[in-house]
Amino acid sequence: MGFPFFWMLLSSFKPNSELFSWPPKILPSSITFEHYVHSISTFKFGRYFLNSVIVAVLSMLINVFFCSLAGYAFACLEFPYKKLFFILILATMIIPVQITLIPTFLLVKNLPLCGGNDIFGRGGTGLLNTHIGLAIPHIMTAFGVFMMRQFYSQFPKELLEVARIDGARESVIFFKVFLPLSKPGLSALAIFTFTETWNDFLWPLVITRTDKMRTIQLGLEIFKGRFVNDWGPLMAATVISSVPIIVIFLLFQRQFISMNLTSGIK
Amino acid sequence: MKTATSTSRMYRKIARTALIFIFPVVIYNIVFRIYPIIYSLYLSFTKFSGLGTPKFVGIENFQRLFADKEFWLSTLRTLQFSAEVLPTNMLLSLLLALLINRKMVGISLVRSICYLPVITPMVAASVIWTWIYDPNVGILNFVLNLFGIGPVNFLGNMSTALHSIVVMRVWRGVGWNMIVYLAGLQSIPKEVYEAASIDGANSLQKFARITLPLLRPVHMYVLLVGLASTLQTFTEVYVMTQGGPINSTTVVGLLIYKTAFDYMDMGYASAMSFVVGTIIMLVSILAVSRRKEIAM
Repeated sequence: MGFPFFWMLLSSFKPNSELFSWPPKILPSSITFEHYVHSISTFKFGRYFLNSVIVAVLSMLINVFFCSLAGYAFACLEFPYKKLFFILILATMIIPVQITLIPTFLLVKNLPLCGGNDIFGRGGTGLLNTHIGLAIPHIMTAFGVFMMRQFYSQFPKELLEVARIDGARESVIFFKVFLPLSKPGLSALAIFTFTETWNDFLWPLVITRTDKMRTIQLGLEIFKGRFVNDWGPLMAATVISSVPIIVIFLLFQRQFISMNLTSGIK
Repeated sequence: MKTATSTSRMYRKIARTALIFIFPVVIYNIVFRIYPIIYSLYLSFTKFSGLGTPKFVGIENFQRLFADKEFWLSTLRTLQFSAEVLPTNMLLSLLLALLINRKMVGISLVRSICYLPVITPMVAASVIWTWIYDPNVGILNFVLNLFGIGPVNFLGNMSTALHSIVVMRVWRGVGWNMIVYLAGLQSIPKEVYEAASIDGANSLQKFARITLPLLRPVHMYVLLVGLASTLQTFTEVYVMTQGGPINSTTVVGLLIYKTAFDYMDMGYASAMSFVVGTIIMLVSILAVSRRKEIAM
């Protein structure tokens, strides 16, 4: 199971003479970083990497913030049409990317007063080819709301009551009492959002227009097209594109595995 | 009297805060999730290149869709892809889960290695496998050569390309399914097995009479989630073959993408996506209802 993965990792450190040797050498006799240097220096891999970091962190922050607000409200507060709102949001989880891809592209392109658009959304390119445009599908996700609601519903009800008796304002209760206690929930959702955004391919493919805005997944695909026979640098680039996720996974295995059990539909 | 008003005032305050808290999420989901469905339905009745205004053409796109051989072929190909990936995946992941479902030294390492493909970005996984499959320098052809076979151009050959992507996809999905099966296995009460042992059942009988039937909701769930996700297959095909050679790996997700963004035929692509998307939604609804059954 791990073989393709380790094969990539080992190959990226092999000198060219050993990459294609027969019989194939499993372990490199000497470790070289030339492929990494090559793929970073001759290609804009640093730029792609940076774009991915910006978009993933941006999505992560927005998603965690708004989902924790809504999740808290759905779990702990009473308000009219609560169930209806929750079902409305939850229902959007099953909408496949096929249906929303074209309309969302047009929506992002025609957003009024963005990227040179007039008030009717005409004339410019809207949020196409921008970091915020790249982040759009990953902010305020239904899954995030669902996850944070589950998280906050485990909190004891007394906590809220005590704060209310002390006369704290509702918003203050959330920001001063609940939010500081939510690190596990927030970090789990943060990891999940980061991974989802980092791995996204179709959306960046659709909305990026220039080399400058490409994310690492797109960059890797183009890199593959150009260097199809230059497997050393290509493997190094592949490692670079996977490393952040692998590192996060190794650090937070437990959350990863339990999150996949609760997400499912994707 | 005074307390009643202050209580109701308090409730109003709570409700107001709650509504403010959910407001951004509700608006976002209406604008970027619900509205696109309606817009997509509208677009499917128009001729639209992405520029200017969509021109209403009635059911023309759907008529064209019914007569479009390429659409049906790619739909069938997608179904074939699912039909190859899902049973293989289920069988392998169940076997792995059974192997792993015991106390053993190094079990967490094994589990992590099985899970590694799941978290590898799809593009990276596709690139790795493209290299493994390479007809000239790929490791798979090196191995086949030892047995005097090959070289096989796995991705460049019409008869092997789709199956090669299936193998990669199975590799990538097994770890996730394994975890779901593991959760299923652990939810079966020990007493059932103990009772069976007392009645003299051997392990094969226990597996066939207890494990398999009690895992039925898990099978259904894994199958439906897998179906919904394989029907959306796009990235691996785009990266590994671009749909070729000669359309032999053009799945419906790729066809929709090409129609919309390469041929700029967005009205027609919307009609396709609406048909395919509705099917995927129905499958997902079934999967969600199954998840409640296994209560995870």
